Amino acid sequence: MVRKDTKAMNWEPVIGLEVHIELKTKSKMFCRCSADYFGAEPNSHTCPICLGLPGALPKPNVESIKFVQKLGLALNCRIQLSSKFDRKNYFYPDLPKGFQISQYDKPFSINGHIEIKGQENLKRIRITRVHLEEDTGKLTHATINGRRVTLIDFNRSGVPLVEIVSEPEMSSSDEIKDYAQKLQQIVRYLGISDADMEKGSMRIEPNISLRRVGEKALPPYKIELKNINSFKFAQAAVEYEIERQAKILKSAKTPQQETRGWNEIKKQTVSQRSKELAHDYRYFPEPDLVPLSFKPQESIKLKSEMPELPHQKFKRLTLTYELSQYDAQILTRDIKVAEFFEEAVKIAKDHGLSPKEVANKIINKNINVKNTLPAQLIKILLESKKTEEIDDNKLTAIINSVLRENPKAVSDFTKGKETAIMFLAGQTLKRLKVKADPRLVIEKIKNILASSRKRKIES
Amino acid sequence: MTGKLRMKNVDITNLTIKEASKLIASKQIKVKELVNLHLGRVKKLNGKLNAFITICEDQARHQAEKVDILIAQGQKLGPLAGIPFAVKDLFSTKGIKTTAGSKVLENYVPVYDATVISRLKNANAIIVGKTNLDAWGHGASGENSDFGPTHNPYNLKRVPGGSSSGSATAVASGSCLAATSTDTGGSTRQPASFCNLVGLKPTYGRVSRYGVIAMASSLDTMGHMTKTVYDNALILNITAGKDEFDSTASDGIVDNYAEHIDKGVKNIKIGLPKEYFDGLEPKIKAAILKALKILEKLGAKIVEVSLPHTEYGVAVYYIVQPAEVSSNLARYDGIRFGFGREMFGAEAKRRIILGTFTLSSGYYDAYYLKAMKVRRLIRDDFINVFEKVDVLICPVSPTLPFKIGEKNTNPLDMYLADIFTVNANLAGIPSLALPCGFIDDLPVGIQIIGPDFSEKLLYQVGYAYEQETKWYERTPKL
Repeated sequence: MVRKDTKAMNWEPVIGLEVHIELKTKSKMFCRCSADYFGAEPNSHTCPICLGLPGALPKPNVESIKFVQKLGLALNCRIQLSSKFDRKNYFYPDLPKGFQISQYDKPFSINGHIEIKGQENLKRIRITRVHLEEDTGKLTHATINGRRVTLIDFNRSGVPLVEIVSEPEMSSSDEIKDYAQKLQQIVRYLGISDADMEKGSMRIEPNISLRRVGEKALPPYKIELKNINSFKFAQAAVEYEIERQAKILKSAKTPQQETRGWNEIKKQTVSQRSKELAHDYRYFPEPDLVPLSFKPQESIKLKSEMPELPHQKFKRLTLTYELSQYDAQILTRDIKVAEFFEEAVKIAKDHGLSPKEVANKIINKNINVKNTLPAQLIKILLESKKTEEIDDNKLTAIINSVLRENPKAVSDFTKGKETAIMFLAGQTLKRLKVKADPRLVIEKIKNILASSRKRKIES
Repeated sequence: MTGKLRMKNVDITNLTIKEASKLIASKQIKVKELVNLHLGRVKKLNGKLNAFITICEDQARHQAEKVDILIAQGQKLGPLAGIPFAVKDLFSTKGIKTTAGSKVLENYVPVYDATVISRLKNANAIIVGKTNLDAWGHGASGENSDFGPTHNPYNLKRVPGGSSSGSATAVASGSCLAATSTDTGGSTRQPASFCNLVGLKPTYGRVSRYGVIAMASSLDTMGHMTKTVYDNALILNITAGKDEFDSTASDGIVDNYAEHIDKGVKNIKIGLPKEYFDGLEPKIKAAILKALKILEKLGAKIVEVSLPHTEYGVAVYYIVQPAEVSSNLARYDGIRFGFGREMFGAEAKRRIILGTFTLSSGYYDAYYLKAMKVRRLIRDDFINVFEKVDVLICPVSPTLPFKIGEKNTNPLDMYLADIFTVNANLAGIPSLALPCGFIDDLPVGIQIIGPDFSEKLLYQVGYAYEQETKWYERTPKL
């Protein structure tokens, strides 16, 4: 969605995305505290390690490394056979050690891609790297007994966080939304995270700049957007930035390289940190952790353990169940819906129902798979079919008797009084035990009256 | 009554763990008596020596009673049961304040024990106190403590070495039978040799670092000091081994270091690295050569060898170590525990600035990365030389214990005190420092350096020499 004034100026947005996703491992990245902290009492999921107490040392969680490698594979990355952790040094009160354990020059996976909807065809967005790091604590600013204080909750400190960095190859807010949603879908298919933006388990940071259409080189600046907690805000922030930067460029100036945040109330981005204040993270290899090496067999084994991914499921559903692309698309958007569909199809088979009928029911009735069982859906489906079949004979009989008992209304209708049919339909519906579609009943009455008239004329 | 008589007969200044353990096992002394004797000495001497920051009188007595009960119940306990020991104040001790020798942590009380401490506690050894040190382990004299300098028991006007200054003084003065220490660039070996003690710097990864306040994580090793080589091996038997809380701790099997300690040195090849003797103070050189003569007499073969990258050791060390220090000290921001950064002393600030600079973008390659490459060459030197010889012997310190105030105005002078010790840390290999005599009534030490995980061999060589010389019998007059 490129705004008209940027188009008019022939500016093209250049957008890359850094996405952070919290992994749903049992324990934290470097200690045994539970990583399932959401809603827990502050600082109840802590120990000397995730509090960064003097002398404490990190101990890597093997599960989280596996999760990241699986994500790497799902994103078509190359899994690195040798990897290591590094220290990213910076000061912030939510960072208990004064450094974050992250990965600098040897991430677990590199060189992947995601396919998103382009303007006409699918567009391939390359992924630079997928690496693992630890999350920070959470600050809350509050007033207690009249004093303005900042409270720190370290429950989140040390929760494994995967960072996915794309190349700056997107050019609209629609593309970043599609990219982020695709990524979210893959992560959920892998079962490695809820990737919930509102809960903060997925965070997206677009970096954005503009260049003249046709230019290949990257612009000499870039703006990083931080603290965005929904797809909607991400789109709004990117659109705001495109306009803001276009205005600056129009006046023959270059926007300042900086980090900006999104203010949802003002609906605008606001400066957070300028280039001069940018951190020098002083990365160096984490001496408390030994470098990691993996055998090629291990990545082969990992590949064999990979679950079906969204595009694979989509393809299989269209082929196996002869679904339309549209239906398959909707059914595979959420893995839970796709799984629900396949369960229901199994049951449907025993009742002579087709996968298409099941798909229609799920899509048209917008079935909530969270509180419906596949068997329940089939029951509903069968019942609705049953009533339709019986209805035809039963309905004809009831209508005939209603017509016989209400000759006045019948003659009113034949004389052209349209409302009379409503009376006849009401009477019919009353006698029908099951709920029926009034439009169908009206149609049926009209047909019977028409054919009886026809018979009369013929006779 | 008889108890008192027995106590009078025990001269704890000359007591070793081996002997004390025998006295306890044969019920000639109660643990409580042994602990009381040591606590008495701790309290009597601390004003003079300043070896302890915290004295754990109540806990020690309480623990002693518990061990006595176990003994009375007839439980079979190990050789460290009831042994009073001191803990360098870098080791986290649950419920006992742990200061790192810095005002920043003046009131910090850990909620957990370092792995070494929990292992020693499980062996029923008894903590008598937490010892003084150069703040954060930064120093080679003990003068850089925010709690005042520690004094050398052999000459109160002189330093006991550092950074494990209080641990060395505590053992040498007979205030305890052993002390934990750390060795990042010589902090165990140099004070051990200044105080006529045996000090081990184990192989990197042999002893867990978990719970010990980090100085420079890739160099830090958890050592200990004792009066004798045998005692030293007994401690390593307990502290060595894998630890699920330290990923860098080796899961290789742990030897029984005390077993076959008297195997002797027949046909052992000892290398004499020439770089360590060029320009060495003649009296120290003579003491070491005399020690080598004794080992030769015992059947060892002495060979001159070369470690060509030796001279770069201090330079590499003062890049790598401050870099890691700058990162490790970042957590002391005063937010959750301890006081703020303004409480850091000059030396810590100096290292934070040095380390921050060398890790900065644009300088990283020229300093840190380069230093790490040279570090590799230093390690390769040792690997190569250990193809020719079994162990190396060289001096620990270029000087004798110096006067308090003599060097602490010039940081560079102090850094050069590490010149013979840093390379073992850079290479990650073990080194055992032990007494080799006295010059002008001041102790001198040698170090025996071996390949990775060769602690058992180091003890055998050290023991053979010690049995011939028994320098440990010369206790300070206090």
